[in-house]
Amino acid sequence: MRPGPGVAEAGRQLRAGETTSVRLLEGVLERAGSSEAQVHAFLTIDRDRALETAAQADADLADGIDRGPLHGIPIALKDNMCTRGMETTAASQILAGYRPPYDATVVSRLGEAGAVVVGKTNLDEFAMGSSTENSAYGPTYNPWDTTRVAGGSSGGSAAAVAIGSATAALGSDTGGSIRQPAALCGVVGMKPTYGTVSRYGLIAFASSLDQIGPLTRTVEDSALTLEAIWGHDPFDGTSYSGDYPDPKAGLSRGVTGLRVGVVKELSGEGYEPAVESATADMVAKLESAGVEVVEVSLPSFEIALSAYYLIAPAECSANLARFDGIRYGHRGQGATTEALMARSRAEGFGPEVTRRILLGTYALSAGYYDAFYGQAQRVRAAIQEDFGRAYQQVDVLVSPTSPTVAFEAGARTSDPLAMYLSDICTIPSNLAGHPAISLPVGLDGQGLPIGFQVMAPPLGEGVMYRVAAEVERLAGFDVAPGLEEVAS
Amino acid sequence: MPVEIDIAYVARLARLDLSDEELDEYKHQLGMILEHAARVQTLDADPNPENAHPLALFNTFREDVVLPSLDRDEVLENAPETIDGYFVVPPAMEGE
Repeated sequence: MRPGPGVAEAGRQLRAGETTSVRLLEGVLERAGSSEAQVHAFLTIDRDRALETAAQADADLADGIDRGPLHGIPIALKDNMCTRGMETTAASQILAGYRPPYDATVVSRLGEAGAVVVGKTNLDEFAMGSSTENSAYGPTYNPWDTTRVAGGSSGGSAAAVAIGSATAALGSDTGGSIRQPAALCGVVGMKPTYGTVSRYGLIAFASSLDQIGPLTRTVEDSALTLEAIWGHDPFDGTSYSGDYPDPKAGLSRGVTGLRVGVVKELSGEGYEPAVESATADMVAKLESAGVEVVEVSLPSFEIALSAYYLIAPAECSANLARFDGIRYGHRGQGATTEALMARSRAEGFGPEVTRRILLGTYALSAGYYDAFYGQAQRVRAAIQEDFGRAYQQVDVLVSPTSPTVAFEAGARTSDPLAMYLSDICTIPSNLAGHPAISLPVGLDGQGLPIGFQVMAPPLGEGVMYRVAAEVERLAGFDVAPGLEEVAS
Repeated sequence: MPVEIDIAYVARLARLDLSDEELDEYKHQLGMILEHAARVQTLDADPNPENAHPLALFNTFREDVVLPSLDRDEVLENAPETIDGYFVVPPAMEGE
């Protein structure tokens, strides 16, 4: 099963009159129809609404109204982005049946860009997890091997793009939740500079880390999708209001003269040999393509994971206080308001979310605040300083995206710490608020995709995409998951 | 060493009505996670954590003008129980 055209190619076909938005959507829905039973990428598919939007996109194009690169393109949204009138659950029981009374800013922007929303993709509950096994509605499986996880938390978006049950998708990345599933599913996943994509209408997990970004099949598609969704939004108090770079500017410039830093701390123990050798191969190819390779050390990365698992739960414990069974969502029984809240929350949240709320509540509680949360914030600052020093020497930093390829479903569900280690390469960029992208560079001996990460300084999306485009050319990764071979 | 925590107290702060069995399980898991997290205390630099935003944003203001807000009926459609445009809850305090 081929995944169909990507964003740029579909756009070219549309404008050349070789296809229509409705036909693109039908292809996407057909692939969803033949893969969902095995993969479960979606929580909601709104066929009627999508067909209506696609027909409108075709009519507009026929009338000479062209809304840009996403016009008529079928796009899936992670189910933690509010869609007015369309169920939005964050994969939690506590939000079962919730129909938001408003659209997230990214959803409005996609609408203005003429995109066609296919549906809402599966995730780890409230985006907390690295395997999409924490969904209250059942896991998403990896299209390359359905006994394995898709990664997470944007596992549904990554799997949908890999199969072609969406031409592109949006995910959210708090500690690697776009890049890690992209790596495990063999697609391109990008986390923008913090503050460049509005978080209005994104169901909050950790507000100082959360960032929405695109999952696509190519680097160019990623840049095109990013351009449609980013920009200042007065509804998000942390939104950046200055000048934005052109993410496409460097796509075909090549990399001659750039300096690429290889992060010493993101290798060694815990990294699979196939991942390490694919990373080293790509670095060697980049060197042959004209970059200067420098090994850099960012010592604070060693404790980034520890800081993350204090800061993110702390913010989550505050953000998720709003789910109390009163204004929306699941309501339990209780004789008093407080008892009702405590029961609603215990019944509505799954184990990982409960664990993180407890962890965050503890880290913020009197007597422990400075030793845990306060110290984690100092580590965060140290990470920013280490990045700053590295970027005095190099233009971008590279590493594996994930220390391993997709792991077996169920392998890490009973060991939270082992699961958390999946995010060791991606977390530093969240803590610093920097952009980073993952793209596939090859398959391991079992035929599972390996992701390569390019990190850049704040608003360095231009140079990040420039290097990523070269990595994409050098890797020549042009394989799709052979899902039909495992079809029953 | 796993960190010892008063899990019942933490669950009460978080408004989570958990069983004793669940509390034991979370106490154990949190102890292990916090043992790992305590590595933040090994930081040997002394950075200044004054602003976490990479683009150094400070306060954001807008004009003090009334803007349209969400439709009340549409908002209340998601509420478990409402009367006359209000959310309904049980008594906030125990007893009469």
